[in-house]
Amino acid sequence: MPTDFTPIAALVGGALIGLAAAVMLVLNGRITGISGIIGGLLERDDRAWRGMFVIGMLLGGVALQALVPATIPGAATDSLPLLAVAGLLVGFGTRMGGGCTSGHGVCGISRLSTRSIVATGTFMVTAMVTVGLARHVLGGLS
Amino acid sequence: MNPSTRSLLVALGCGLLFAVGLGVAGMTNPHKVLNFLDVFGDWDPSLALVMLAAILVYAPAYQLSKRRAAPKLGARFHWPTSKDVDSKLIAGAVMFGVGWGLAGYCPGPAVVAATVGSGPVLVFAAAMVAGMFVHRQIGRGRGRGRDGQASSGS
Repeated sequence: MPTDFTPIAALVGGALIGLAAAVMLVLNGRITGISGIIGGLLERDDRAWRGMFVIGMLLGGVALQALVPATIPGAATDSLPLLAVAGLLVGFGTRMGGGCTSGHGVCGISRLSTRSIVATGTFMVTAMVTVGLARHVLGGLS
Repeated sequence: MNPSTRSLLVALGCGLLFAVGLGVAGMTNPHKVLNFLDVFGDWDPSLALVMLAAILVYAPAYQLSKRRAAPKLGARFHWPTSKDVDSKLIAGAVMFGVGWGLAGYCPGPAVVAATVGSGPVLVFAAAMVAGMFVHRQIGRGRGRGRDGQASSGS
């Protein structure tokens, strides 16, 4: 499904994401990495603030659905096996790699962390190759 | 209100703001994410601007914080301690990249999108949490193995 280039929404949304992460750092001293936050809940480590952050995210999801439902259209594929494999890879991979788009991609790159720059470059390129193969070589996927 | 209660309310508010940011940015729309990743096809570069804007806002906050001894509501900054670029970092990032490219969800948007409650999104979100759980269990197993070796050697 084609989507339009939306530079203003992208910049505003990105700034809000950065602002939320910045406030978490300046006030609470925490890095906003979503895979780390969910993983930390599973580890039973510092669960109070992590739980509150996730509850906030869920409230945000409910608010988005009520006010601008088009922002959450649902999954791009109906294939449950594909979604299950993808979810397992995202969950396991982000924990093994120590972060995801938020922790490495935003917070880590802002700190000029070598680990985060390498990780972000790796998952970006891998994801681009995956989409390229799925859409243009194998065809039909998403 | 004591600082620890205030810090929990900050976390709640930041989670909400973060989710709204993801929604406004287009990150909770997997079509948009996949079209950003589809550099060989009908490329939608929007998400590059999402990351750019987020970094432009966050980087000054980091510069400010690294000069301070402690955050406003906490005892210390919890900076990441890992420094090594090792095989786990690369292998994990590769796995994440494949999963992200297959479904178009990274962890944050998956949590936000799960509130829609539709089967496919919930399957992805549940599998993601399961993947994290498997990683935790493997790590625990290895930890026990090391402890066992240490005790048998002594």
